[in-house]
Amino acid sequence: MAGDIILETRGLTKEFKGFVAVNKVDLKVRRGTIHALIGPNGAGKTTFFNLLTKFLPPTAGQILYDGEDITTEKPAQTARRGIIRSFQISAVFPHLTLLENVRIGLQRSMGNSFHFWKSEAVLGTLDAKAMALLESVDLGAFARTVTVELPYGRKRALEIATTLAMEPELMLLDEPTAGMGHEDVDRVKALIRKVSAGRTILMVEHNMSVVSGISDTITVLQRGAVLAEGPYAEVSKDPGVMEAYMGTAH
Amino acid sequence: MDNRTRVLYVALLVAGLAAPAVVYPIFLMKALCFALFASAFNLLVGFTGLLSFGHAMFLGTAGYICGHAVKVMGFPTEAGILAGVAVSALLGYLVGSLAIRRQGIYFAMITLAFSQMLYFIYLQAPFTGGEDGLQSIPRGKFLGLVNLEDDIAMYYFTFAIVLFGFWTIYRTVHSPFGQVLKAIRENEARALSLGYDVDKYKLLAFVLSAALSGLAGATKALVFKFETLTDVHWHMSGEVVLMTLLGGMGTILGPTVGAFIVVTLQNYLSALEGWVNVITGVIFIICVLAFRRGVVGEIAAFLKKA
Repeated sequence: MAGDIILETRGLTKEFKGFVAVNKVDLKVRRGTIHALIGPNGAGKTTFFNLLTKFLPPTAGQILYDGEDITTEKPAQTARRGIIRSFQISAVFPHLTLLENVRIGLQRSMGNSFHFWKSEAVLGTLDAKAMALLESVDLGAFARTVTVELPYGRKRALEIATTLAMEPELMLLDEPTAGMGHEDVDRVKALIRKVSAGRTILMVEHNMSVVSGISDTITVLQRGAVLAEGPYAEVSKDPGVMEAYMGTAH
Repeated sequence: MDNRTRVLYVALLVAGLAAPAVVYPIFLMKALCFALFASAFNLLVGFTGLLSFGHAMFLGTAGYICGHAVKVMGFPTEAGILAGVAVSALLGYLVGSLAIRRQGIYFAMITLAFSQMLYFIYLQAPFTGGEDGLQSIPRGKFLGLVNLEDDIAMYYFTFAIVLFGFWTIYRTVHSPFGQVLKAIRENEARALSLGYDVDKYKLLAFVLSAALSGLAGATKALVFKFETLTDVHWHMSGEVVLMTLLGGMGTILGPTVGAFIVVTLQNYLSALEGWVNVITGVIFIICVLAFRRGVVGEIAAFLKKA
C-alpha cells in the first residue's frame, strides 16, 4: 500500500476510428488529495474516466493503481480493488428504496449475492450500516422511500452514500454537480469535502468554480491532452488555460 | 409479505385445491403449466430485464426429453421430469452464455435464432416423431404408488410441481441474488461499477428461467401424453411474451393471471378457430395501449393509490 501516488496513467490514449479522444495523457494522482480534471466540452474527460474504470479499452498506454498495472482488468475487478466511479447522470437504482440502494453496495462483501435460495431477510444485518451511511448524507429520513421520488440533488447524495458503502480508496466522480441548482451545488461540494477524509478523489468537472474551492490539484484537458496542471491559483493564471478554457476576456 | 398478500396466497392455494371439483382438470393443468412457463419467463424479463424471444426451446426440449425418457427408455415419471429439467438447464447455460453478451433487441434475436435452429433439428430428428410428434407418453405412477393416468391424481401432482416452481421463483426474486438482479435491471452500468460481474448474474438467472420453463414443459408433456412441434415453435415464444405482458411484467402473480386469460380464451373460443388469434391480438394491443402494467400491475398500482 506504500507510495505517494495512488493512480498513474502513462501515455494513455484512446482513438475512435481516427479521432483521438484521449491523447497520451500522463497523470499522477496523489494519495489523500482531491484531484480535479477539467476542460471544455469534448475535451475527453468522460472518455478518460471510462478508460480508468475499464468501461472502454485504451488504444495505448498504461494504468497503474498502487504501482500495479491494471490496464487489462475488467470493470468489476477494478471496482473490487476499491476504485469506484459515479456517472454524469445520476446512477441510482430508481425502483428500489434508498435503503436497498445502499445495501446493494454493502451486499457484495457478504458473499451471498448468488444465493437465490435464501430469503432476502438475511440482508437485514446490513440495515444498521446502510442507515448510518444514509444519515451521513442527510438521507436517513427517506430510507424507505422509493428512490425515483427523490429530487435530483438528493439522488446524487444517495449515489455518494452507495459509493461510500464500497469503502472505496479512490472515488471517481463524473461531473458530480452537473444539472444542479445553486443550493444543491453547495450541498454536494460540502459532501465531497466531507467524504474525502481518508480517501482520494478524482473528479471531472466542467465548471471551474466548483473545483476551485475544494481541489488540491487541477489538471486541465484540452482536445484529449493535458494543457496545464497545478493548484487552482496557478492553473487559473496560466495563459494557455485562460485562452482555451475561460476565454481571453477573463 | 404483508397480511393482505398472505391472505390472497392462501385463498389461491385453497382455490387451486378445490378447482378440479368444478373445472375440467386437463384444462386446469394446461393453464397451470403455462402459468409456470410464463412465471419462469418473467423471472428473466421482469426481474432481470432480459427479453428472450426463444423461450419455447426450453419448454419443448424438456417435453421431448421427458417424453422420450419415460416412453422409450422406461424412466419413472419423476426421473423423466428431472431429465427434462436438466437438459433444459444445460441448454439454457449454452444459449445464455452466448446471448448475454448482447443486449436488447440483439439478445432477443440470438435467443430466437437458437430456438429456430432447435425447431428444425426437432423437425428432422427421429426421436421427436417430426411432424407427428411424440405420441402416447405414459404418465406412470407417482413414487410407483399413485397411478397418474387418473386425471384427478395427475392434477394434484401437477399442482404440487407448479407450486414448487412458483415457490422457487418467489424465493429467487426475494433473495440476496434477486436484489442484485433488480439492481442490474435498474442500472446495469452502476451495478458493474459496484463490483458485480453482471454477466454471471444474468447467466444464472437465464439458467434458472430455462430450468423452470423446462419443468413446465416436462409436466405439460405428461399431462397431454404427447409432445409436438407446437411447443418449440416461435409462436409459443411469442405467446409467453403476451401472457406475461397481459398479466403484468415484473409482478409475482401477473404471468399466472395472463396465462389463465390466454388459455381460457383459446379454450372457450376455440369454435371460432383462426379468430382466436385475432381476438388475442386485439386484447394485446389494448393492453399495451391502455394498461401497460398489465392486469396485476394495474390492480397493484390502484391499491397503492387507494
